[in-house]
Amino acid sequence: MAVKDYLRERFFPHMWCPGCGHGTILNSLLRAVEELGLKKNDIVMTSGIGCSARISGYVDFHSLHTIHGRALAFATGVKLSRPNLNILVPMGDGDALAIGGNHFIHAARRNIDITAIVMNNRIYGMTGGQFSPLSGPGIKATTAPYLTIDSPFDVVKLATAAGASFVARSTAYHARESTEILKKAIAHKGFSVVEILSQCPTHYGRKNKEGDAVAMLEVQKNNTAKIGSKALAENPNLIPRGIFVQEERPEYCSEYDKIIQHAQQR
Amino acid sequence: MARKLKEHQINRDWCKGCGICVAFCPKQVLELDKHDKVVAVRPEDCICCKLCEIRCPDLAIEIILDEGEDND
Ligand SMILES: Cc1ncc(C[n+]2csc(CCOP(=O)(O)OP(=O)(O)O)c2C)c(N)n1
Ligand code: SF4
Ligand code: SF4
Ligand code: SF4
Repeated sequence: MAVKDYLRERFFPHMWCPGCGHGTILNSLLRAVEELGLKKNDIVMTSGIGCSARISGYVDFHSLHTIHGRALAFATGVKLSRPNLNILVPMGDGDALAIGGNHFIHAARRNIDITAIVMNNRIYGMTGGQFSPLSGPGIKATTAPYLTIDSPFDVVKLATAAGASFVARSTAYHARESTEILKKAIAHKGFSVVEILSQCPTHYGRKNKEGDAVAMLEVQKNNTAKIGSKALAENPNLIPRGIFVQEERPEYCSEYDKIIQHAQQR
Repeated sequence: MARKLKEHQINRDWCKGCGICVAFCPKQVLELDKHDKVVAVRPEDCICCKLCEIRCPDLAIEIILDEGEDND
């Protein structure tokens, strides 16, 4: 199948702004699904609310566009009732880690077989540019006209500590790398977290004078480096990219099946 | 053997003129026209790396290879 066969073309052109990184993440994700040869009927995508969450409308899989922060809760329900399906959960940084933070850590702790994708543009795009738990200090937002002072979460460290058995990071600029990582994350049995740095030129870019989408992609290129690379060793201020955790651990639905069998034998 | 280009398939209805493909093409094959839509102005220089295709946020550009090549 071609990549386009996984799209609901009737909804194109999509609603994302020119140069929005979320579109490139959709592009990378479709290629991962296509290269894995997955059947559309075997995939369920659940999403919450946000520009990022609109992604579930554009893919020709089973899809649930739910409520802000709760995409993982819906995904957990779907997975427990139909464990043979592949569950993809793309979320914005606010969706995943502000209002949805609790669902995020507990899904990771259970190690349920779901692929969570954090489309991190470090801002609330849909509602006009409020700062998020991933913004970090020193950025301008509508809710921080004199700059933010809070430290951000490190998604990789948070997901690792919470118990995710696959944890990775890439960027919209590194689109081919994102596809390769997403393929491994989807194939992994357990809770997978893939953070993909995205750009919101409309709010983050404009408020923080980062320029247009091209300039923001240059930042993703220049401020990140592969784990194990010389560049990262020489400059620890760079944001590391790559796969940080990839481990086999008991998966929630399999353990649940065992408990059912155990109960039935009594 | 180098891959051979048949054409750049550009969906003008979907392209939003963000310029990402233009800026990061290693061979300066692409430009925006006066309507802010992408056009392949130097197709003969294209090395079919597909970087434009995989980075386009609007899925608006596709590299079509010559007959017999794997168009994946
Ligand atoms: C319960 C609830 N609270 C607040 C909102 C308002 N709201 C809609 S989207 C959003 C945040 C969007 O930011 P993010 O999740 O980072 O995604 P982005 O738009 O940047 O892709 C908020 C706060 C809502 N829809 N529902
Ligand atoms: S507001 Fe920002 S996140 Fe939302 S579509 Fe526009 S560029 Fe993308
Ligand atoms: S990257 Fe896509 S949307 Fe942007 S100018 Fe190129 S073809 Fe058009
Ligand atoms: S395939 Fe590569 S060389 Fe050809 S137009 Fe696209 S980015 Fe440029």
